[in-house]
Amino acid sequence: MTPLIEVDNLTLQFRTDEGLITAVEDVSFTLMKGEVMGLVGESGSGKSVTAKALMHLNARNAIYSPESRITLHTDTGPVDVLSLRTPRELNVVRGGAISMIFQEPMASFAPAISIGKQMVEQLLLHSDMSKATAKSVSIEMLDRVGISDAARRFDQYAFELSGGMRQRAMIAMALSTNPTLLIADEPTTALDVTIQAQVIDLMKDLVSEFGMGIIFITHDLGVVAQTADRVNVMYLGRLVEEGPVREVIRNPRHPYTQGLIAALPKLEDLDAPLTPVPGDIPSPLERPSGCVFNTRCSQVVGEECRALVPASCRLDEMHSVACHIYREAAE
Amino acid sequence: MSDSLIRASGLSVHFPIGSGLFAKQLLKAVDNVSLEIEKGSFFGLVGESGSGKTTLGRALLNAVPISAGTAHYDDGEVAYDLQELDGAELKDYRTRAQLIFQDPYAALSPRMTVRDIIAEPLEVMGLTKGRAETDERVREIAARCRLNLEHLRRFPHAFSGGQRQRISIARALVSGPKFVVADESVAALDVSIQADVLNLLKQLQDELGLTFMFISHDLSVVAHTCDHVAVMYLGRLIETAPTRKLFEAPRHPYTKALFSAIPSLDPDDDKTAQKLAGEIPSPTDQPPGCKFQTRCPHAIDICKAQEPVLATEDGHDVACHRWKELMELVPA
Repeated sequence: MTPLIEVDNLTLQFRTDEGLITAVEDVSFTLMKGEVMGLVGESGSGKSVTAKALMHLNARNAIYSPESRITLHTDTGPVDVLSLRTPRELNVVRGGAISMIFQEPMASFAPAISIGKQMVEQLLLHSDMSKATAKSVSIEMLDRVGISDAARRFDQYAFELSGGMRQRAMIAMALSTNPTLLIADEPTTALDVTIQAQVIDLMKDLVSEFGMGIIFITHDLGVVAQTADRVNVMYLGRLVEEGPVREVIRNPRHPYTQGLIAALPKLEDLDAPLTPVPGDIPSPLERPSGCVFNTRCSQVVGEECRALVPASCRLDEMHSVACHIYREAAE
Repeated sequence: MSDSLIRASGLSVHFPIGSGLFAKQLLKAVDNVSLEIEKGSFFGLVGESGSGKTTLGRALLNAVPISAGTAHYDDGEVAYDLQELDGAELKDYRTRAQLIFQDPYAALSPRMTVRDIIAEPLEVMGLTKGRAETDERVREIAARCRLNLEHLRRFPHAFSGGQRQRISIARALVSGPKFVVADESVAALDVSIQADVLNLLKQLQDELGLTFMFISHDLSVVAHTCDHVAVMYLGRLIETAPTRKLFEAPRHPYTKALFSAIPSLDPDDDKTAQKLAGEIPSPTDQPPGCKFQTRCPHAIDICKAQEPVLATEDGHDVACHRWKELMELVPA
């Protein structure tokens, strides 16, 4: 397998009135071509910020550390994403090789421009299609994602579509430029379960059909279990565990991942008590020293948890975890 | 002697659409709903967006006008008919029935201290004699919701989602209500915090003898917290049963589809059998017959012609023409 995008030592801070806020700290991962990676974490874990960094989309007050490197492998060779500056250069990662689907489809479409016009516009920007071809490609894409009567929908506005339909249109739009990487930021969170099931099925079909790499951002472990090959778990801007989805869900190693899975109400066992992860997520201004999870961890091994940032330990070829408990195993 | 706190019969909430003389269209948000909530129970109400669950909750709080039918409240001290409360009764009912909102970020005023937020209902309803008594009540309920004195002096922005939701809960409970509607009260919270708030609600129910109506779209949360569950679709109650019965053997095709749509934690669990096509119809443009027939894989002619009524069997109510034969055909 060949790598599609490589993220190395990504550290990202935001300059705010209250001081520097660290949103992402020393995150590294590689996504292979055609692989579906789930990026899981709670609010404030830095998962969306990480994804936006891949498209260089973060706000102007974002500061990338000098060691941060994001390399996108395209047909024409590797691209150093963070060194891109002009809008023309950025076109490669914004809608060219990378497309993004957002959580709220209503907010992602311009309300006063028809769906079709918005789809055609981006095709004209990112390819040398004529307007007529762009239109037929768009209608074909709408049809592909299961929108009935696509030619009529093409001329409709976002408010005329239902929630599930809008999200399908959003997916059609993201895929029409034929991206090699699709970033889906909580694409099913705003949808009802029955619609969510339809969209998950659709995404699975499209993966096998188009074969692009996908980064699936979600807080729902069930959604990850049903869609991803591999999963990265983030907490307070750090990658705490990564591995194949079966491994991580069946045999979670990091105390945070374990807590997250234990906190989920399970339908198979209604008598099981709900066990919350104790405590609250610390404010980004009060980042704990050492391991970021030490303030809520029930398995603190000693002073090193408060003093030392745990390095990522490889448990086997694919599965690694950043926790002091496993340090000896790695040595 | 009945031990139900709320008893609704044929309850409907209709909103007229459009304005002017010729506005004839009605949006039937809740239509002909009958239900009973026992004292001290944790009653779950599930359904997709647009199913009318929030409107039903508000109707029982007398926060939206009831168009037809009756709703009766009886806590042993007082009894009210909610569709015809007068001023003084309504004022008293407000202290007895309260709402916990969904979004703890939007529900708390950023300009008030936590103490003032929690004390406001007492002051507005004139339930205490002076500041000392108010403070006393605020401190007591805050302690129950695991907020300390230091927290009371601060403003909401200093708190995380879970803490904010505990503040909202304290505010709802400070007037000493008997009936609490929790509308998607954990939906905005992260999973690791969600379990904590659910446990707190259960504990408060126990300590204060509360009756909860828990509105949620999340079936696994409902399964773990509620003892009785009602499923809504397009303003109708389509199935209601004790939680265990409902989850062990759902009868309505919609309930079955809802269950099978929950993404399983097991990556190898490939349940595609009961995926529903289409979406919930608009409440202004409702299909004839059974409201679910447009998406039901088992719909036949009678489903399109005649609306099924909620029928009870073994303490398990379902509104479906074909549930019995379907239970034999496709075991849950």
